[in-house]
Amino acid sequence: MHDGKRLKNGREIPIVHRVIKVHERQETEEVEVLTKGDNNYGDDRLLYAQGQLWLQRHHIMGRAVGFLPYVGWVTIIMTEKPIIKYILIGALGLLVITSKD
Amino acid sequence: MHSFWLRANAVLTFSVIILAFTCAMASVSDCFNSPSPSAQIQITNINWFQKQRNGNEEVSLAMNITADLQSLFTWNTKQVFVFVAAEYKTPKNAVNQVSLWDAIIPAKEQSKFRVQTVNKYRFIDQGSNLRGKDLNLTLHWHVMPKAGMMFADKLVIPGYRLPKEYR
Repeated sequence: MHDGKRLKNGREIPIVHRVIKVHERQETEEVEVLTKGDNNYGDDRLLYAQGQLWLQRHHIMGRAVGFLPYVGWVTIIMTEKPIIKYILIGALGLLVITSKD
Repeated sequence: MHSFWLRANAVLTFSVIILAFTCAMASVSDCFNSPSPSAQIQITNINWFQKQRNGNEEVSLAMNITADLQSLFTWNTKQVFVFVAAEYKTPKNAVNQVSLWDAIIPAKEQSKFRVQTVNKYRFIDQGSNLRGKDLNLTLHWHVMPKAGMMFADKLVIPGYRLPKEYR
């Protein structure tokens, strides 16, 4: 609740943002949530699907619990410069082939 | 077993393991910190309180928020995210939590503060249940480490009530 949550919005990009509004129904487990990036001026309604004002449980993939600094750079570099991915796999393959065990 | 690449691989793996261990130790050091934060929130004015065309009520209020969060900071703290949420129940919703104000505190020196502010985010109900409503104003803080586990806690301050009439 109110922690950084990863959400999906039909565009397959998980985003870690904070919950700033929660409305949970009395009888059911339905919940409506509004999120916002800490450093953004406005809430995430611009990122939600057209006409969508709230996120439901099924939009939320998980919750941030900690930080491992710089580990994400590996994924970012490999996504932005795919050549590095190929070089890495190639080098690993070479290592496997050339090892004498 | 002594090729350059195998040695390079061994050194790299070992350094990553040491780095991971160091991050874990940094995080564990945070367990030894027993924080004792304090805070007070006053609602100084209800600026306006109206029902929108779509039937949802909205409040604009001014608050004084005083807090001392110095004890939350450790050497492994990157920043503290603090926010004030209004919490209340309605017949339709068991839980309503609406964030009214938040701030990022980057250093211990700035964590003892007094803020006079109007609600940063709009306080809008799902419906029109707010007249005469009892609220809690809860101060939440999330301590973000430089590495490791993030911890969060809150201070619930009950006893606020919204006006019975629109204004």
